[in-house]
Amino acid sequence: MTATGTTAPGDELPPLTVPITRTLIVAGALASRDYQDVHHDAEAARQKGSPDIFMNILTTNGLVGRYLTDHFGPHTVLRKLAIRLGAPNYPGDTMVLRGTVTAVEGATAQVRITGTNGLGHHVTGTATLTVTAPENAATPETTPDTAPDTAPTRQGAAPR
Amino acid sequence: MNREAGERDGTPVNREAGERDGTQNGPPDGSSGDALYAALKRYEGRAAATAGTGKDAVNEPMIRHWCEAMGDAHPAYRGPAAVAPPTMLQAWTMGGLSGHTDRSAAYDELFGLLDGAGFRSVVATDCEQEYLRPLRPGDRITFDAVIESVSARKTTKLGTGYFVTTRMDVRADGEPAGTHRFRILKYAPAARTSGPGVPSEPTPTPDPAAVPRRPRPVINRDNAGFWAGVAEHRLLIQRCGGCGRLRFPWLPGCQACGSPEWDTVEAGGAGSVYSYVVMHHPPFPAFATPGPVEDAPAPHPASPYAVALVELAEGVRILGNVVGVAHDEVRIGMPVRLEFRRVDPELELPFFRAGGAG
Repeated sequence: MTATGTTAPGDELPPLTVPITRTLIVAGALASRDYQDVHHDAEAARQKGSPDIFMNILTTNGLVGRYLTDHFGPHTVLRKLAIRLGAPNYPGDTMVLRGTVTAVEGATAQVRITGTNGLGHHVTGTATLTVTAPENAATPETTPDTAPDTAPTRQGAAPR
Repeated sequence: MNREAGERDGTPVNREAGERDGTQNGPPDGSSGDALYAALKRYEGRAAATAGTGKDAVNEPMIRHWCEAMGDAHPAYRGPAAVAPPTMLQAWTMGGLSGHTDRSAAYDELFGLLDGAGFRSVVATDCEQEYLRPLRPGDRITFDAVIESVSARKTTKLGTGYFVTTRMDVRADGEPAGTHRFRILKYAPAARTSGPGVPSEPTPTPDPAAVPRRPRPVINRDNAGFWAGVAEHRLLIQRCGGCGRLRFPWLPGCQACGSPEWDTVEAGGAGSVYSYVVMHHPPFPAFATPGPVEDAPAPHPASPYAVALVELAEGVRILGNVVGVAHDEVRIGMPVRLEFRRVDPELELPFFRAGGAG
């Protein structure tokens, strides 16, 4: 866990290695309610010109979100996440997620994300997140009914 | 109907290969003289979904399934005060296996134009989300989306096509909860070549799933009863409530007396070929199947096929395919009999079997 107090631009997040299993691709597709056959039916994917099933964008988004909150800790609130996909994640490949802090302002940090696999860049993106110190208590996750109290903080803290 | 397009990722979309930022920057490399682009452009600013509703309220089981799939053990997503992972935003708006029901006619038209022009494949390229407030179990999700931009024609490693960007506003119990900008490439696949890291594979044999499907019937209040009849394997003819005249195809009023009153008569199924044409060129693969000869292997997609104007015993005429006879053996006066055939998983149609028996 890293509070933003100890986070500085240029910090690199420890990489997260994600084995791209068939199970992960299918589980992610179904958990995101994406029933496109190219995400679960290898034969259908081949008929559409893809060598195999491949990960859907929602799963990539979820994995990036997990990578960020795993690193920044339970008081992380993700504000923005923008990702762009490149080389597909096929079964049997491995994706390594990496992150670099690009800006810190108060409790808010911007992180540049890349995820590389055997074919190249699967994902590149930018995240904006806020880490609220536990003693500040008023995080939306832990005190859901106090969300209005946190709103000014969020608006004030979110850089453009 | 989103499955129709068939998402595909043929070759790796290297960042430098894809036309990144293609919607905003760079010269419109395909726009000069691109009439399709001009037509597509007119959809910018139109609704992609209006007053959409999430099929499920935010709920703990879906959150848990997501976290299991992602391997996400964040404590905020568990327990009595759980919130949903923010990256689930889009998941709450998905149509799921039963498909989207909230898409606008404009969005369907835009995709229809692209499909019709051969840009049938789709791949998601960008997702940009902003999370305005946490989603908690019980929140009812609603959303509106707009077609934000359509790019000029772009050539990428996957093929040539158009980037379509939509922007969705997601609400939870009526409050703004997040925004979701989504970009897809709708493209005609480039000839597939093996590249580094791409497993080589045999050239795919003609793909039944890729064979274009027949156009979907346009069902409206004036003809819904006809298609409801087809679903029950009944061919229904309208009968005027004023003068009793039978009419087909379905219309809101009688051409003879103008009466808007009507009921229906079920066709007995007997008829004869009143006239016909044989379609040779250009080939329309969707209409070549099922083939002109019953139970024969799927014909070549470019096979000629006969379209008959069948006069039913009741006196009205209807267009349809004639089966059970080769396309070049259909003749005027040939007796035929009605049957119903499933032409793809989502469409059944009346057909006419030559011979008239049964």
